[in-house]
Amino acid sequence: MLRLESCEIANGAFILRADLEINKGAKLAIIGPSGAGKSTLIEAIAGFLPLPQGRILWQGEDLTNLPPGQRPVAMLFQDGNLFPHLTMAQNAGLGLRANLRLSSAEHAQVQNALSRVGLADLAARKPAALSGGQQSRVALARVLLQRRDILLLDEPFAALGPALKDEMLDLVAEIADETGATVLMVSHDPKDARRIAEQVVLVAEGEAQPPQATAALLDNPPPALKTYLG
Amino acid sequence: MARRAEPISALPGAGAALFVAALILGTLAAVALRAETGRGFAASDWAALRFTLTQAVLSAVTSVGLAIGLARALARRRFFGRSALITLLGAPFILPVIVAILGLLSVFGRAGWISQLLMFFGLEPLQIYGLHGVVLAHVFFNLPLATRLILQGWQEIPAERFRLAAQLNAGPRAMWQLLEAPMLRRVVPGALAVVFAICLSSFAVALTLGGGPRATTIELAIYQAFRFDFDLGRAALLSALQLVLTGGAAFVALRVADNDGAGAGLDRVLRRWDGDTPLARGMDAAWIVGAALFLILPLSAVVVSGVSGLLLLNAGVWMAALTSVLVAGLSTLVLLSLALPMAAAVAMGRSTLIEVAGILGLAASPLVIGTGLFIVIYPVADPFALALPVTALVNAVMALPFALRILVPQAREVMMRFGRLSLSLDMAGGPFLWRVFLPRMRAQIGFAAGLAAALSMGDLGVITLFADPEVATLPLQVYRLMGAYQMQAAAGAALLLLLLSMGAFWILDRGGRWHAEA
Repeated sequence: MLRLESCEIANGAFILRADLEINKGAKLAIIGPSGAGKSTLIEAIAGFLPLPQGRILWQGEDLTNLPPGQRPVAMLFQDGNLFPHLTMAQNAGLGLRANLRLSSAEHAQVQNALSRVGLADLAARKPAALSGGQQSRVALARVLLQRRDILLLDEPFAALGPALKDEMLDLVAEIADETGATVLMVSHDPKDARRIAEQVVLVAEGEAQPPQATAALLDNPPPALKTYLG
Repeated sequence: MARRAEPISALPGAGAALFVAALILGTLAAVALRAETGRGFAASDWAALRFTLTQAVLSAVTSVGLAIGLARALARRRFFGRSALITLLGAPFILPVIVAILGLLSVFGRAGWISQLLMFFGLEPLQIYGLHGVVLAHVFFNLPLATRLILQGWQEIPAERFRLAAQLNAGPRAMWQLLEAPMLRRVVPGALAVVFAICLSSFAVALTLGGGPRATTIELAIYQAFRFDFDLGRAALLSALQLVLTGGAAFVALRVADNDGAGAGLDRVLRRWDGDTPLARGMDAAWIVGAALFLILPLSAVVVSGVSGLLLLNAGVWMAALTSVLVAGLSTLVLLSLALPMAAAVAMGRSTLIEVAGILGLAASPLVIGTGLFIVIYPVADPFALALPVTALVNAVMALPFALRILVPQAREVMMRFGRLSLSLDMAGGPFLWRVFLPRMRAQIGFAAGLAAALSMGDLGVITLFADPEVATLPLQVYRLMGAYQMQAAAGAALLLLLLSMGAFWILDRGGRWHAEA
């Protein structure tokens, strides 16, 4: 279980309050008006923002003072998820070893992960030679290799077309089911939430609310969400 | 509360900044302690101060005055070779001073091309030594810089304004009042201050074209007090005076100059609707041709007379060339090991202290640092034995402000784009340094290294303080050959120096961009 215990998250002068629990293995969408603090919430879980108050716990273990790289967290950002000077295999291989000194068994693992996302032939290419969808797949191959318990998505597929975005979301769901990861996904599109998330965290008015069932919330939105959804 | 997460430690950068500050301020303190304030300034010291200020004012006014006409012509004309000429305007920055001096001598000297022409018509030959020679050389170096600064001002006038002016049918006078005069009022003071500050600490030019009681700069007086009289107290007193001057001028220049002429897009051509009269066209053509000749003729002279001189090079010159390559290589390594950690630390927001240390180099004078190092080293070791490492170190510190200007923006970009991703992948430390930071910075590292290598290769400054007769860098060797009136051999060695400087810059700059991905 991921537990945010009476947290206050500081992002510059902005403070977001969060006191909630998320079940292990759940897939959640984080929705809310823009500027409400959706990214702030997952950046705090990833360890990029300070907590003036409260604690973050995973399975009872306190993460609050761990640096980002040592948390059980993999994260995909809005853009810049790949290093342009590294090959696809190297970009994915970073999920196993940050210094890229891979054993032959680990090389095979990388190759498997790339095959899993359908890019076995492109391992030696660099990002500039690939399409946006292919780049997203490499980032997901790396997530697969990282084997972290929590996967955070900060709208990494926002620049893709609708069909391609759906394809990537389905791939995320498959990978999460395989690895048993807990997924938190920032989204401004309620359709994304309905597609893969059984629960939704609504972020509005300086507060991240506890998870609610997706369908129920979206069918019958509270006023703050209603204004946003239109 | 989680401690602040950073992909690499800022400590080495802070250490490098501390080292630079200690070097500059420590040598300054050593000089100040040694200065004999009680004795006061002699008449010759006041003369040096007067000459330093006079030549700097004349050089600044002449360079900037000519640059306004040239920049205006470049801003409103498009012609074949325009972008090549603008690139050439950047070259004097890495051109060894002694090479330019030789070129200027063969065009403007007593036996130069113009003098020969004058004598053919029964006139007196030109006299280049003295105030006007010093100013001529300073204009040769700073007219291009001033032109780039002012051209940048012209290019920053939005295209819409020119369209609006054309729409209003603005004549030349209205154009001047509406667009050009306000821009120049903003840009010219900065250009004047920058050129003035550069000319204040002129040493090599004054050493070769000045001299004597009527044409000695303070830097040159420091050298003479040190070298001829071995009067450390007087050298220190003059150093303190020089420091007040350069520090003050650098402060003013940083205040009033809002760009550095290194901006991109200088070869962009704006569509203009004014200045289409035959007179305007003719005047602009005269500016451009005149400036191109002024820059290209001396360089061609070095190449022409140097080619035959190349055959006269003796073992001493080759030895000096090897020495220079080693000093430049060492200086480049020192520079990078100072500048890279500092750039990384600045990029992570630890700016104040570190940027101040970087800027100190602009105010410091190489001869003052050299004098200070001599005073510090003298009691414990033989300073002359350390001539080459000291030269490499001082050259690196002098190149540091420029290197930081090149490295910091890209370091910020790398931290911003890849800092969090690297942290989330647990790449902090070594993996980030080797896999992300250095590969992403390669083009900028190459450019900065190229500048540092070329500047060090061509430097004729602190080495003159420390060198004994057995040791010489190539610029010093050229100077010694000139002093011995072996002009052919000097020209050959100068050509070799030119090739080495430009070659070092080209190789390092190209190496940085080779196979680099966007």
